[in-house]
Amino acid sequence: MEKTRLFKFAGRVLHNLFRKPETTQYPFEPAQYPERMRGHVEIRMEDCITCGLCMRSCPSQAITVDRKAGTWTIDRFDCVQCGSCVNVCPKKCLDMEIGYTAPGVKKTSQTFAKTSEGA
Amino acid sequence: MAKRSIIPFGPQHPVLPEPVHLDLILEDETVVEAVPSIGFVHRGLETLVKKRDYKQYVYIAERVCGICSCGHGLGYCQAVEEVMGIEIPDRAKYLRTIWMEMSRIHSHLLWLGLLADAMGFESLFMESWRMREKILDLFDKTTGGRIIHSINQIGGVQKDMTTPMLLDILHVIEDLTAELKPIVETFLHDYTVQSRLKDVGILSREDAVTMGAVGPMLRASGEPYDARLLGYAAYKDLSMEPIISTGCDSYARCEVRLKELFQSFELIREAIGKIPNGPVNVPVKGNPSGEYFLRIEQPRGEAIYYVKGNGTKFLDRFRLRTPTTSNIPPMAEMLKGCQLADVPLLILTIDPCISCTER
Amino acid sequence: MDEKNEIKIISLADFFPAVLAMKDKGWRLAQICAVSVEQGYELSYSFCEDSSYRMVTLRLEIDENQEVASITHIYPCAFIQENEAAELFGVNISHIKPDYHGTLYRIDKSAPFKKKE
Repeated sequence: MEKTRLFKFAGRVLHNLFRKPETTQYPFEPAQYPERMRGHVEIRMEDCITCGLCMRSCPSQAITVDRKAGTWTIDRFDCVQCGSCVNVCPKKCLDMEIGYTAPGVKKTSQTFAKTSEGA
Repeated sequence: MAKRSIIPFGPQHPVLPEPVHLDLILEDETVVEAVPSIGFVHRGLETLVKKRDYKQYVYIAERVCGICSCGHGLGYCQAVEEVMGIEIPDRAKYLRTIWMEMSRIHSHLLWLGLLADAMGFESLFMESWRMREKILDLFDKTTGGRIIHSINQIGGVQKDMTTPMLLDILHVIEDLTAELKPIVETFLHDYTVQSRLKDVGILSREDAVTMGAVGPMLRASGEPYDARLLGYAAYKDLSMEPIISTGCDSYARCEVRLKELFQSFELIREAIGKIPNGPVNVPVKGNPSGEYFLRIEQPRGEAIYYVKGNGTKFLDRFRLRTPTTSNIPPMAEMLKGCQLADVPLLILTIDPCISCTER
Repeated sequence: MDEKNEIKIISLADFFPAVLAMKDKGWRLAQICAVSVEQGYELSYSFCEDSSYRMVTLRLEIDENQEVASITHIYPCAFIQENEAAELFGVNISHIKPDYHGTLYRIDKSAPFKKKE
C-alpha cells in the first residue's frame, strides 16, 4: 500500500472552519435564480388568441383553454415546468418566468380572461 | 450443516436511496442466495407513449429518473431521430455531449457521496455533494432546471449555450479537477476503503458478460466496452478510451467510476474547444414510422432505447432498458458467498437506480 | 438499421439454436422487449458483442396464447426482463427461473400493457 501523506487535508479543514457557509439563510435571504430558470408559466393575455395549442401540447394536461369564454386556465400544481407550451405558442405570449409556485394546502388553478371580450 | 435463515433486506434501508427488496438466504453469516424483487415504484411510463404524442413524450422520458434525466431525453430523441432520418446540427450534437458528460459527473459524485456515507465518511459525503452542487448550478444556468433539464427536443436542443456559459463550465471544471484530485487519491489509498472493498464482490470477466453487466461494472471486470465509442452525438469527434480495471471487485468498480470523472472533465474540455457555431435545432415534420434500437452510455452503463412508430403521432412502443435492469442479475450473483455485513456496500457499488428500472 | 445494429426475424424452431450459438460466441444479452401487436406479440431479444460493438436482435413473432420457453437456462440474467414481459404484457413464457408468478411488480391489474380488445 502506498504511503499516505499526513495532514493532506489540514489546509482544507482550516479553510472550511473559517469560511462562510456554502448555504444561504433562505427564507430570510431571498434565493438567487439564474436567468433561464423554468419556474412558472406566465401569459400575456392581450396577445393570446385562445388557439389551444398549449393545452394540447401539455404533457401533464395542466392547461385548459376555453375558446368560447376566452379564458386560459392553468393548474399550477399539475404543471411540471417543462416549457412545452412556451415552445409551441404561435403568438409567443407564454413565458417561463423565474420563481416557483408557492406551496399551498390544496390544489388551485388560476384563470386568465381576455379583457376585451369582457369575460 | 449450518443453519439457514432468510433476512429481508430493504425496501427501506439506510443505504438505499430507492426501494429495492432482497431476500438474503444466509448460512451463518454468509449469503448463499439473494433473490431481488422490485416493483415498489412502478409507474408504467412506457405505456404512456400511446397517450402522448411523440414530441410531448420527450418530457415524460426525461422524468423517468432524476439522475439520468439528461440521458433519457437524449436517448429517446435520438432514437426518434434515427427512425425519422433527421440529421441534427453539429452544434446541437456537441451541446448534447457536454450536458451528457456533466450529468455523468453529477451522477458519479452523487454515488461517491452515497458510498462515503454508507462507509461512515461523513465529510467526504459532504465534500462530494458540495462539488455536485456546482454542476447542478451550471445546469440551472444553462438549461433552466437543476435536475430535469428539458433541453433535448426531437431535431436538436432547445437552448443554445452562450460563450460566457461555456467559459463558466470550463472554470468550474478546472476548480473541480483540482479539488477532486487529492480526495480521490486519498479515498483510493485509504486503509478502511481498501479493506472493505478489495476482494469483495468478485465478478469475473466471463460472469460479467454472461450475466449481462453493463457500464462501470462491466469495465471493472476488464471488458473494454463503452457505448460512447459507438460515436453517437459528438463522441465520434472526441478522443476517448474506455477506462477499465482488471480487479473485478468492488474496489475496481469504485476506481473505474472515479477515473471516469476525470475522463468526463477531459471530454468536456475537448468538446468546448471543438464546438462549432451554427443553429441548434432543425424543424421536424411528419410522424415517425419504423423502429430502432439505440444504445447510449448512461452514467450507470449502457441503456437501450427502442422506438416503434406506426406513422401516426402516437408511437406504438417505447422500451427503455436501463442500466440497472441489467445490473441487478450480476449483483445477485455477486452477493452469493459474501458476508452479510458487506451486502449494503456491495449494493452501492453497482450504483443502483431503481426509479430507472421501474419506469 | 445500420450494419452494427440489425434485426433478424426468426421462427420459434430456430430460436433456441440461435440463442445457444450467441452464448457460444460469447455475446452479451442486452435486452428483451415485448410488443403487443395485432395477432399477438413481438418479442425482441438483443445481443451485443462487446469487442466489435455489434448488436443483433432476434425477433420472434408469436400468437397471443402461444407458449415460449424461457431462455434463463442459457442466459440466467434474463429472468428480470422475462418476468417483466410475462407480467406486464401477459406473454406466456414458461419455465422462467426464478418465476415470480406476477409478483415482480406490485401492481393490481394483471397484464396491464396487453392489447385491449
